[in-house]
Amino acid sequence: MSHLDGNMLGGELGELFTMDVTMAVAQCASCGTPGMIAQTMVYADAPGMIARCPSCGEIMLRLARGPDRAWLDLRGVTYLQLPMPAEP
Amino acid sequence: MARAAILGRLTWQEGTVTAVREETSTARTIALNLPGWPGHLAGQHVDVRLTAEDGYSAQRSYSIASPPDDGRLELTVQRLPDGEVSSYLDDVLEVGYPLELRGPIGGWFVWDPASTAPVLLVAGGSGVVPLMAMIRTREAAGSKAPFRLVYSVRSPDTALYTEELAERQRRGDGLDVSYQYTRTTPPGWAAPPGRINAEVLASAGWPPDRHPAVFVCGPTPFVEAVANLLVNTGHDPGAIKTERFGPTGGQS
Repeated sequence: MSHLDGNMLGGELGELFTMDVTMAVAQCASCGTPGMIAQTMVYADAPGMIARCPSCGEIMLRLARGPDRAWLDLRGVTYLQLPMPAEP
Repeated sequence: MARAAILGRLTWQEGTVTAVREETSTARTIALNLPGWPGHLAGQHVDVRLTAEDGYSAQRSYSIASPPDDGRLELTVQRLPDGEVSSYLDDVLEVGYPLELRGPIGGWFVWDPASTAPVLLVAGGSGVVPLMAMIRTREAAGSKAPFRLVYSVRSPDTALYTEELAERQRRGDGLDVSYQYTRTTPPGWAAPPGRINAEVLASAGWPPDRHPAVFVCGPTPFVEAVANLLVNTGHDPGAIKTERFGPTGGQS
C-alpha cells in the first residue's frame, strides 16, 4: 500500500487547530526521532487517516472524522513543537 | 511566511467558477472567484468537497496552479479513471457553478520567492501543477532565482502547459525545461522513451554543489525513485521537498 505525505493532513488538522500543525515538529514516541508532521508517511485509504514515522514506520497520529466530531489519537507522539507568532 | 502567522481555523467556503480551460484531452483548468480568499503561497493546495443531495460527500486535494492573487485561484484537474471527484470537475462543472473548498493548505511544500537559491523542479504527470504555481510566482514576484524543470510524461499529448512553458523558456529569463517521455516520444526525439535516471537529473538538473532547493511532485513511486536518485548523487536530503499523490484520499 502506498503512502502520501503528512502535508496532505493540513486540511483536516486545519479544521481542528488555529495553526498549521503540518509545520509542527513531532517526536516519535517509538524511536524518538523528531520530524515535521508534513514529512510523515500518511495512509489515507483506511476509514481514517494514519500518519507513520518516516524513520521507524510506527504509527504517530490517527485521525477519524464523523459528521459532527473528530477523533485524534496522538499516543505515538511524545511532544509537538508548534510554531507560534513571536511575542512583542 | 506571513500567512503561517495568521491564526484561525480552516473553514469550507464556496467559490464560483469563472472560466474553464481544456489543457489536454484529460485535464482542464478551473478558475474560481472566492470572495475573501487571502491569497496563497506557491505550492499550496486546497481540499475540494462535493456533496450529493442525499448528503453523501467526497473530498480530494488539488494543487493550486495560479500565482497568489486575492479573491482568485486556478486548479488544474487531471481526470482519473473512475475518479468520483475529478470526473465531476472535468466533465460536469461549468462556468457559473459553485464549488466548495477549504484552504490554502500546507506550509511545507512551498517555494519562497525571497529565496535566491537555484531551484530544481521534478514533475511526474499532473505533479507539475504546484510546480507551475512556483514558476508563475517566480515571474509575478520578479524573482531571478534560476529554475530548472524536469517534466516526466507518458507522451507529448499528456503534457500540461506546454505552450506556456515553451514561451517562458523562449524568453530566456532563467527557466529551463526538459521533458522525459516514458512511453511515446515526439517524432525525431533523440532519446528513446524511458524513466528519469541519474544521467537525466545530472544533465537537466543542478549539481549538488550549487545547493539547489528541490521540489518533487508526482505519484508515490515516481517521487520515491527521484528522491532516491537525488540523494544517491549527493543532494542534501534536507533540501528535497516531496509531495506524493495517489488515487485514494490524496490528490486526484
